[in-house]
Amino acid sequence: MMRALTWHGTHDVRVETVDDPEIINSRDAIIKITSTAICGSDLHLYDGVIPGVMPGDVLGHEFMGEVVETGRDSTLKKGQRVVVPFTISCGGCFHCKIQQFSACENSNPAEKQDMSATLYGHPMAGLFGYSHLTGGYSGGQAEYVRVPYSDVGPIVVPDHLEDDKVLFLSDILPTGWMGAENAEIQPDDTVAVWGCGPVGLFAVQSAIVMGASKVIAIDHYPNRLALAKQMGAETIDFRKTDVREALMEMSGGIGVDAVIDAVGMEAHGFAVDNMIDIAKQKIGIGADRAKALKQAILAVRPGGRVSIPGVYGGMTDKFPLGALMEKGLQVRSGQTHVQRYLKDLLEKIEDGTLDTTFMISHRLPLEDAARGYKCFREEQNDWTKVVLKPDMEMAK
Amino acid sequence: MRSNRDLKTPASVVGLGLAIGGIAFGTFLSRRRKGGADDAPVYARKSPPGDHSLVGRTVTIRKPRAELYSFWRDFGNLPQFMENVEEIRKNGDTSTWVIKAPGGASVDVETRVSDERENDLIAWRSTEGSDISTSGRVEFTDAPGDRGTRVSLIMAYDPPGGAAGRALAKLFLREPQVQARHDLKRFKALMETGEITTSARRKDQTREAKQQENG
Repeated sequence: MMRALTWHGTHDVRVETVDDPEIINSRDAIIKITSTAICGSDLHLYDGVIPGVMPGDVLGHEFMGEVVETGRDSTLKKGQRVVVPFTISCGGCFHCKIQQFSACENSNPAEKQDMSATLYGHPMAGLFGYSHLTGGYSGGQAEYVRVPYSDVGPIVVPDHLEDDKVLFLSDILPTGWMGAENAEIQPDDTVAVWGCGPVGLFAVQSAIVMGASKVIAIDHYPNRLALAKQMGAETIDFRKTDVREALMEMSGGIGVDAVIDAVGMEAHGFAVDNMIDIAKQKIGIGADRAKALKQAILAVRPGGRVSIPGVYGGMTDKFPLGALMEKGLQVRSGQTHVQRYLKDLLEKIEDGTLDTTFMISHRLPLEDAARGYKCFREEQNDWTKVVLKPDMEMAK
Repeated sequence: MRSNRDLKTPASVVGLGLAIGGIAFGTFLSRRRKGGADDAPVYARKSPPGDHSLVGRTVTIRKPRAELYSFWRDFGNLPQFMENVEEIRKNGDTSTWVIKAPGGASVDVETRVSDERENDLIAWRSTEGSDISTSGRVEFTDAPGDRGTRVSLIMAYDPPGGAAGRALAKLFLREPQVQARHDLKRFKALMETGEITTSARRKDQTREAKQQENG
């Protein structure tokens, strides 16, 4: 038996004792978790706006640890330290072969594919610790986790890099990086990033590494804006400033070349349309609050690029389709093809190009995970990133 | 528990669960040759709705045709991915399919290969004396470039009793359309990854284990 963070309903997560995982298929491995983080997208589960989550599901898709057991065909060895991508990819299908790992055709079990296929036209790939739309895999906010296709996903990390430096390879670092890559940044570009959560902050850092001449970060939490500034961005507080006007002026009246929506479906803001969308989410007619994305589409220059790493799950109302067409925008989005970026990003961590630890505000024992969720949601200014450690003792 | 005698329900009803019904493939093929108004497969849903008695599904599998064909042709392999088939025993030129039935029972169906072209197609149907009338067909064609092979599983489906029969069938096994889709996707996973994907945490929580438990 092991301890694990389980979902029981909206704003109800608990650390409970559940069955240990075991090897089922020959390519599986069992990882003993040493560090696991709470992701902004876990808050969508916490807030009950993602369908297909069942009581008792073990959450968590950002995790790393030590290999303790391997199936016959796993390439991992006991004792290795590995970071595990949140996207589960088989390595053998068409999409895996063209490196679109998050579109893997086999990692979502056949009988679980129907729900997302109905919603989106195609089934989603398997993801750890998320909804049954994505397979219903037990996640990594636990002492142990079963990792399928362990010969494809996990990356072995060198011992001299401590957990806090490499943990975010599992999701938010490659997600921020791909968010910037999807914005196709050119050297003279001005890039605007909505949301200074972990993904937004990594997108800011990535855009700067990719050579953007100016990166503008938008949020309303002073501490998060300060972190963006520390990374080299200029900032806009949307509660104080008219974002569109500011962006026009800061880009010399042209408009920003590329925009990155690192906010997703639960955008903050008190505009009327946003409040209506909140009401619709509450009564379950599932309209995504796409406030940030709508604003980004209006702010980007004609011919500009729109990148959407922020998570959306359903439909949205009043989408500025006309602006998209008339301005000739390019849009790129998607769950991150994590495996595509791991080697390169690990090198950038090792040589100091990317700093991954600056955003960690809290380290808690796994036992304290429920409090971690509550504070990460309610005290967003100070709780920028929560890392859970199964081995850590509870504070007295 | 593997004989028709154990079965409390009429064999015709279980036949529905098999998803494979009374339409002869001769009829199916002649209809197919006649073709429709467009180039979509005849089993694709039409608007306004036409004859729904055929179910079919295509997947692309990133493996050579010959490999997929020979795996399928060795009928003993099919229970690995066909959820409602417990076992297939070969006896000379026919095979006995042991099909899972409600209440932990099972039913034997005698089938014979009715048509085959190497690396191209396999069709099978139940023998005349068999209690259940069943037929199926799988086709293999090259996908463009190095994308592998397109595999189409096509079944005739014509439940007696119309909607009521269909509703009854749902009580036992999955809807034919769904069963065919899931079986084919499991075949794809097995061929491309060497295993049937499961999100279970433990062996006794896999779908297969649970089914055996519920019997």
